[in-house]
Amino acid sequence: MVTQRIDHKWGMVVDLDRCTGCQACVVACQAENNIPINTKSFYQQRRAYHWIRIERYWEGEFPNVKAKFIPIMCQHCENAPCEPVCPVFATYHNDEGMNVQVYNRCIGTRYCSVNCPYTVRMFNFWDPKWPKSLRNQLNPDVTIRTRGIMEKCSFCVQRLRRGEVNVERRGIEPLTGERIPAADRKLNYRQMKEGNYLPACVQACPTNALQFADQNDNTGPVKEYFDEANEQIETRHQGGHVDEAHTRVYRLFEEIGTKPNVIYLKKVEPFPLDKA
Amino acid sequence: MQEGKPLNSRQVNRELLVSILNSPKWFFMALAILGFIVLAAMSAAGFMINQGFGVTGLNRPVMWGFFITNFVFWIGISHAGVMLSAILRLSKAEWRRPATRAAEILTVFSLMTAMMMPLIHTGRPWRTVYWIYTLPFIPFDFARGIWPNIRSPLVWDPSAVYTYLTSSILFVMVALIPDFAVLRDRTTGISHRIYGMLAMGWQGNARQWKLQVIAGVLLSALILPVFVSVHSIVSWDFGMAVSVKSWHSTIFAPYFVVGAVHSGVSAVALVLIILRYIYSWQNYIRHEHIDALARLLIVVATGWFYFFVMEVIFGFYGREADEIAVRNFQFTVSPWNIWMMIFVGLTYFVPVSIWLSRSMRRNLWIMSLACVSVNIGMWLERFLIIVPGLARKQLLTFDWYTYRPSSVEWIIIIGTFAMVSMLMLTIARVVPLIPLYDIKEGEILRTEIKIGRVTIPAVFRED
Repeated sequence: MVTQRIDHKWGMVVDLDRCTGCQACVVACQAENNIPINTKSFYQQRRAYHWIRIERYWEGEFPNVKAKFIPIMCQHCENAPCEPVCPVFATYHNDEGMNVQVYNRCIGTRYCSVNCPYTVRMFNFWDPKWPKSLRNQLNPDVTIRTRGIMEKCSFCVQRLRRGEVNVERRGIEPLTGERIPAADRKLNYRQMKEGNYLPACVQACPTNALQFADQNDNTGPVKEYFDEANEQIETRHQGGHVDEAHTRVYRLFEEIGTKPNVIYLKKVEPFPLDKA
Repeated sequence: MQEGKPLNSRQVNRELLVSILNSPKWFFMALAILGFIVLAAMSAAGFMINQGFGVTGLNRPVMWGFFITNFVFWIGISHAGVMLSAILRLSKAEWRRPATRAAEILTVFSLMTAMMMPLIHTGRPWRTVYWIYTLPFIPFDFARGIWPNIRSPLVWDPSAVYTYLTSSILFVMVALIPDFAVLRDRTTGISHRIYGMLAMGWQGNARQWKLQVIAGVLLSALILPVFVSVHSIVSWDFGMAVSVKSWHSTIFAPYFVVGAVHSGVSAVALVLIILRYIYSWQNYIRHEHIDALARLLIVVATGWFYFFVMEVIFGFYGREADEIAVRNFQFTVSPWNIWMMIFVGLTYFVPVSIWLSRSMRRNLWIMSLACVSVNIGMWLERFLIIVPGLARKQLLTFDWYTYRPSSVEWIIIIGTFAMVSMLMLTIARVVPLIPLYDIKEGEILRTEIKIGRVTIPAVFRED
């Protein structure tokens, strides 16, 4: 049990300039979160599970073409449209700024998925099946979801919890395995630092395009971006103008007012396509 | 004013009870066929629950499809009951009399059928029963901290629909009491005792009549707000969805209510024509009644068409790329554009041009075709709102997709139509589908006496 809490507000920053579309995050997520194997028939039925997916967009006309990649996972919106529409509170906001899904409550109305502008909620159309050889590969920290319910990215909440338990109870530095002195086993920003609790996709990203940390943590990598994004929202609310040409920070579908806890950094184009 | 020759009450009793006291040969045959279709649909639903939702055509952006379309459709049909009984009763339209009972009973059955759709639409129906459908019957499990999310339109929905169902059943039962008494006096054995119980000691004395009339008028007035709210709330299932661009519109509530009246009244007209045909009730369901319904429908249909055009115009007016994408999908992508044409034609242009001519309104074959076409069109309307809206939900074009219903969904949809027909046939065997006392009251009100050279009504109503 966690006794000493700090007010977490988790956030993720996706640097599109670094994303190469390699799909390592997708595979890592698949392995971490016990997502069923996406077979050929799943893709043909358009029902493949991706808690995080890489959307690929083409820009320009052939042969002058560029591919653009954007990883999209649950945005953990502060004003999540999926939350008020669930009749049974199967999805709600926890006090760490995450949008969480209670699998046991879900009855499968699919209203949350209908109301999600990012289309990141996955419905279990079939019973999850794994080949026998993969049975022992399943992550014991993550529930296996039955058919007929909704699931989505959880920001790897199980890793957060494990990080907290490791620091506070077991006294083990999660990354290095060193013992933490008993007096220091506290859940503060110094102990709950980046690296102790990374989501699988962030850990797997070879180019560090994904960053995950506490938005309130001054030493963390994401605070400056969230400060800037919040400033943008504040400016817009007061009728001010945000100079979008000189900022890289944006959130997906900000105009819907969902206030996502995921921030995207625009791609920097050293060689923009010739528009003429 | 009214057409047709006067009827005495003995004749009314004999002719209108024909559906109960002697059933025709085809009756059980028709019941068996319909029952078989219903059974097939139930097996299909069982298969779906057993195998998982993979057997339907739903996919990631299009999470709602045929079932929700059918749900909205049947809720729409149910709006005829109140429209015909309550509103026309309060506005004292004489021609409503033969249509009221059939409309109310159609309301009850279509509501019951409609509420089955969200149940089999959910991924875990057994939990849905526990969570949502307990609402009208037993309290929520508050003691264990289980609360429904009252911000969700899916909680408002059953609340509104079950209020409507309860009040409709009350409405039907109050109106049935005098007719149950007639049946009690004409049956023997077990049915005599059952009708006796249902008639609740009706003797037909002045006080009982007064109470029955007051109850009917009160229920008509009380049911009116429910009438407006039910389909408004059903439309808010869509209107409250901020993320689906083409759904998130304030016009949806009146648009859906008018559309519901449109399809519901057409369905009642169709039921009346069928009843007239199978039970030879030519003296009761006369051409003037169908004519009056058709004239009412011209107004309703035109009101509906206004909202339809406005909805499309509002969509284009914003000129937002995501809204344009939905409209583009609806109006230019095959086969959706063809369905769109069929829908607008069948819902408005074909029937209204038929209803504009008096001789067409009085031709029952053409009228029944017009009513069928309205209902096909209105079914398509819901489908063409729900699926394109989801298929082009937002501007992430990577996720755009379409929807192709599977055979399981088709069977279940056909099964709901068979189920409503089966229930209507069954109830025709049990209660008179044309209210005896209401017809007799109309007959009394239309008797006229001659004083000198003027002819005046013999009876005046106080209210």
